[in-house]
Amino acid sequence: MSDSLAFSDATRGKIHTLLGRYPRKQGALIPVLYLAQDEFGWLRPEVMELVAKELELPVATVLATATFYTMLYKKPVGRFHVQICVNVSCYLLGSDELMSIAQETLGIAPGQTSSDGLFSLEAVQCLCACDRAPTLQINQTDYFKVKGADFRNVLTQMQTEGTRLGPRPGWLEFQGDHDHHAHADQEAPHA
Amino acid sequence: MPEQRILLRSHLGVDFTRLDDYIKHGGFAMWAKAQTLGPAGVTAEVKASGLRGRGGAGFPTGVKWGFLPNDGRTRYLVVNADEGEPGTFKDRYFLELDPFRQLEGILLACYAIGAHVSYIYIRGEYWNSKKVTQDAIDQLYAAGWLGKNIQGSGFDCDVYVHSGAGAYICGEETALIESIEGKPGMPRLKPPFPANYGAFGMPTIVNNTETLASVPVILEMGGQAWSDLGSPRNGGTKLVGVAGHVKNPGLFEVPMGTPMREIIYDLGGGILDDRAILAIIPGGSSCPFLTAEDLDVPMDFDSLKSKGSMLGTACITVMAEGLTDLLEVMRRITGFYEHESCGQCTPCRQGTGWLYAIADKMCKGQADESHIDLLISACNNIDGNTICAHGEAAAWPIRSIAKKFRPQLAAEIAKRAAARA
Ligand SMILES: Cc1cc2nc3c(=O)[nH]c(=O)nc-3n(C[C@H](O)[C@H](O)[C@H](O)COP(=O)(O)O)c2cc1C
Ligand code: SF4
Ligand code: FES
Repeated sequence: MSDSLAFSDATRGKIHTLLGRYPRKQGALIPVLYLAQDEFGWLRPEVMELVAKELELPVATVLATATFYTMLYKKPVGRFHVQICVNVSCYLLGSDELMSIAQETLGIAPGQTSSDGLFSLEAVQCLCACDRAPTLQINQTDYFKVKGADFRNVLTQMQTEGTRLGPRPGWLEFQGDHDHHAHADQEAPHA
Repeated sequence: MPEQRILLRSHLGVDFTRLDDYIKHGGFAMWAKAQTLGPAGVTAEVKASGLRGRGGAGFPTGVKWGFLPNDGRTRYLVVNADEGEPGTFKDRYFLELDPFRQLEGILLACYAIGAHVSYIYIRGEYWNSKKVTQDAIDQLYAAGWLGKNIQGSGFDCDVYVHSGAGAYICGEETALIESIEGKPGMPRLKPPFPANYGAFGMPTIVNNTETLASVPVILEMGGQAWSDLGSPRNGGTKLVGVAGHVKNPGLFEVPMGTPMREIIYDLGGGILDDRAILAIIPGGSSCPFLTAEDLDVPMDFDSLKSKGSMLGTACITVMAEGLTDLLEVMRRITGFYEHESCGQCTPCRQGTGWLYAIADKMCKGQADESHIDLLISACNNIDGNTICAHGEAAAWPIRSIAKKFRPQLAAEIAKRAAARA
């Protein structure tokens, strides 16, 4: 483990609060993994080791949990994580069109991250707002009853915004470690 | 209009995310009543109401509360707010727009069952729900409605939000418990049931968000009066949704037993372009499909069961004739169950993969009519052979489509194969 890797004081404080909520330290594992990925961008091996040390758990335990859940990132995601619902109600009301717009505008397929680290595109399962289909989520924001033209505008704005913000923390380490570019090796979820 | 709004009150234009406003509209009045009834009295009202679990299985809530062993161990209340069943959008209402209703229900339930800690397991993707619910919890601590010695009663209760992380299977109650313990969300073999061996090995009650949100209303009206709103053995009112090819999709509230036709046509506004209905999923994609012939079924647990389907989450998906590609619908549904299988049982892990592969072949023009039988036989091999109900949830809807829509499927399969050749 690189000696420099440590949680910020603010995160340490939050971990302390979380530990008070569960009778066993492992109860805090998922919330702590969320905190770790907020701080370091994604759960690279050294980050999981840090979490294991913090919670006094075997690294294998941390790995087993982290790998089970799709929202715990084992690879970096783009600055903007575009997740389009492709389940039944959204499909019935036009999610395929939204997916085409995203692919066209961003130049990546579902399951891919752009080589500049600014966008990830994903086909996701029902976001449970089917009465407002078609739906999508970008980072932590929901978009309901999405119209093609509006979506195109949102993406274009984010492209500008992304150039200013750059990729998420941890992106450069990933590039350095693996020299991956558009990493199409993630398994694309079924469309 | 068949609506009867008790739980749902978005039409009032009140900001129910503010504790002041919630209390102004009668919120937390039932805490005083609960103090006079005592824990057993609260449970008795819930039993009298006949309230059946709103998570989909419809198990009587009061009966479940009675299963906790009296052995002095710590007890937990775990709230299932992992809403993820495709087609469903009801718990979101409480989590985002009326968070204190659920929290009052949680406090009353904790009091009734003698739990002092409750975890609300909120679906990971529900960022806004997590924020609003946490904010409501913070308001309650500040006002002495949570924490130690609540309102001077001597009763302590802590409530924590625990976020999911993108695994549908964690909606299954024992997978959910594993997830709270920081483990992969793999369902446990039952028995032992959570009432005996739940979170951290302790006696635990798992209830759905809407189930708990119904508890304050039941205490207010009295169990029997609330029960009388619905149909026999299916008491009360119920949130229902309508989505898909309808003119006025949305979330509504009706007495249990309201005919599905009224929900789709009067509340949902009828079908786009006034088309005919091809298929209906009554309560999330785990339910066997219905057709227009079934429109007069009363929306309640027992009536839908008698039609060979389920009430499920009571959020209806409507598919119109001429606008629906059933093969593609099957591909979406099978893809979902394959993706979300936790992988511990072979019939589910392999079987859901088979279902997807067959549906995919059908869509691509690589199948013939015999694949319909293959689909049915794969469903039969999953059904009844798995640890949790995810296997059935994958098999039942697909088998129902294969059986009810065979001629349409066969024609479409042949058409695509011909187009490809
Ligand atoms: C695969 C699967 C997914 C489930 N998902 C949910 C869910 O998202 N929300 C829920 O309340 N219940 C869900 N359930 C049902 C729960 O296991 C459990 O019955 C319910 O939380 C009990 O609460 P209730 O009695 O108040 O309905 C699911 C069950 C299965 C088998
Ligand atoms: S039925 Fe499927 S989801 Fe349920 S325990 Fe078995 S493999 Fe996991
Ligand atoms: S199908 Fe897309 S939100 Fe439900």
